[in-house]
Amino acid sequence: MRLRGPAILLPADVDTDLIIAGRYLRTRDPSTWVAHAFEDLDPTLAGRLAGTVLVAGPNFGCGSSREQAARALRDAGVVAVVAPSFARIFFRNAVNLGLPVAEAVLDCSEGEMVELDLAAGLVRAGTRPPVACRPLSQRMQAILEAGGLVELLRRGA
Amino acid sequence: MATLSERILDAPAGTCVDRKVDRAFVHDGTGVLTLGTFREIGRDLAYPDRISVLFDHLAPANTSVTADLQADLRRFAREHGLSFSDVGEGICHQLMGEGHVLPGELVIGADSHTCTLGAFGAFATGVGATDMAAIWATGETWLRVPETIRVELVGRLGGMAEPKDLALSYVGRLGMDGATYRALEFVGEGAQTLSIAGRMTCANLAIEAGAKAGLFYADEVTRRYLAGFGHEVSVQHPEEGEYAREMTIDLGGIEPVVALPGRVDTVRPVTEVEGTPVDQVFVGTCTNGRFEDLERLAALLQGKRVRVRTIVVPASRRTLLEAVRTGVAERLLEAGVTIGPPGCGPCLGTHLGVIGEGEVCLSTANRNFTNRMGVGGEVFLGSVATAAATALAGALTSPEGVP
Repeated sequence: MRLRGPAILLPADVDTDLIIAGRYLRTRDPSTWVAHAFEDLDPTLAGRLAGTVLVAGPNFGCGSSREQAARALRDAGVVAVVAPSFARIFFRNAVNLGLPVAEAVLDCSEGEMVELDLAAGLVRAGTRPPVACRPLSQRMQAILEAGGLVELLRRGA
Repeated sequence: MATLSERILDAPAGTCVDRKVDRAFVHDGTGVLTLGTFREIGRDLAYPDRISVLFDHLAPANTSVTADLQADLRRFAREHGLSFSDVGEGICHQLMGEGHVLPGELVIGADSHTCTLGAFGAFATGVGATDMAAIWATGETWLRVPETIRVELVGRLGGMAEPKDLALSYVGRLGMDGATYRALEFVGEGAQTLSIAGRMTCANLAIEAGAKAGLFYADEVTRRYLAGFGHEVSVQHPEEGEYAREMTIDLGGIEPVVALPGRVDTVRPVTEVEGTPVDQVFVGTCTNGRFEDLERLAALLQGKRVRVRTIVVPASRRTLLEAVRTGVAERLLEAGVTIGPPGCGPCLGTHLGVIGEGEVCLSTANRNFTNRMGVGGEVFLGSVATAAATALAGALTSPEGVP
């Protein structure tokens, strides 16, 4: 899986309350989560997410298990999230929803083009040398390649 | 020779395993998403008798949208014969801990604080809605068996220190991601001095250090507690195992602490921030809403009156009933406390007791993230005794030395 998009840089320990606040969770309209993503971090972010790669600090997605966090990013058109480490529930949620996530320590500037080759386990920013990402387990690769766990189960896996 | 997680999951750390889930539960928040995803998968429930649905996050419903979403999930639970707890019964982790989780079980909850149930010697961990929907459809889930950090507890808590102070202290030492992908195991003579309520408080905060689970070995305390619910269980004995890290905590050295607003791992002695004015005190949640907590609060407030609005939300109907029967509820009300319906209360900023712009709350909950309990508000996390001293003073106050 090859992916690319300009980087949006995010700090360390971005929790799922920051990704989508509790006050927006109860709705029949999933576009609410897209509209209010990162509102308490930077209210302008939600409108700029489409087509980007989020390059975050360690422990991205810590806190609540709310799947709306990963869902909001996927539905907003985020191409992938790169971080040195993820909170484990967010990581599973992202893979289950088909949102690519890569564990890597990436030197990168805001807006710089980020390219990922998940099969090769490499990610690079601009013209800098590529860095290795921690390989996904075979099962997680299979889920991502299917486009998410629901798709995989519907295929009878 | 293995850690408790390795024994329960029956595989060495680092391996990925598929395991049948003994107990699976959702609440009204994650349950709605789980149901939607389950319908997309398009299969039947694999083991309906292992699934619980418990309403706690917005219970009773706060808006008609919430009510509609809950009505659909309620109908589904009833039609499929799932174990169902409606509004007013209490918090999912507390209710599961009232005799529905046994040592050695694999317990998966669609909520990050599912780790609370490691207090019973079970492997209990949180997942998101899609993982849970897959469990509804297959009865199984896959897990990577975690490496374990062994936390040896020695001595016993002294002075006004509580299990909550112990919990905040270990999160402070590990940091918010210090145990990511790993399990915490609480062992040693000090662990055995903790009540079940205290163990649940301690295990509850494991996720705040990123841990997948926080486990206590079932001992005589566990055995007696579960016997009260009609279960006969065996105790678990620690073996020599391979641990990723070992740390020792002297319970006698634990003092009342708070986590400063924004991060659970910025832990300081209460004395360092004493005098900070607060607008609200909140006692409740899956961390500190149990009877033991309410009883302690009532004892510390008895014959006095709180100086700031103080909200108590019992963790379950059983908790509230016990508080009513023992006079604890009466003492709280006489002290000026407001008692809310059993559930999560204002913890996640969506139900009764949310704070406003610029307001400060001392909360016994487990999270103090930016805006979590209300936009523009700040949350300090602390123990029940710190909550009591703070409620009486109207400002952050250490419970040590309060007459």
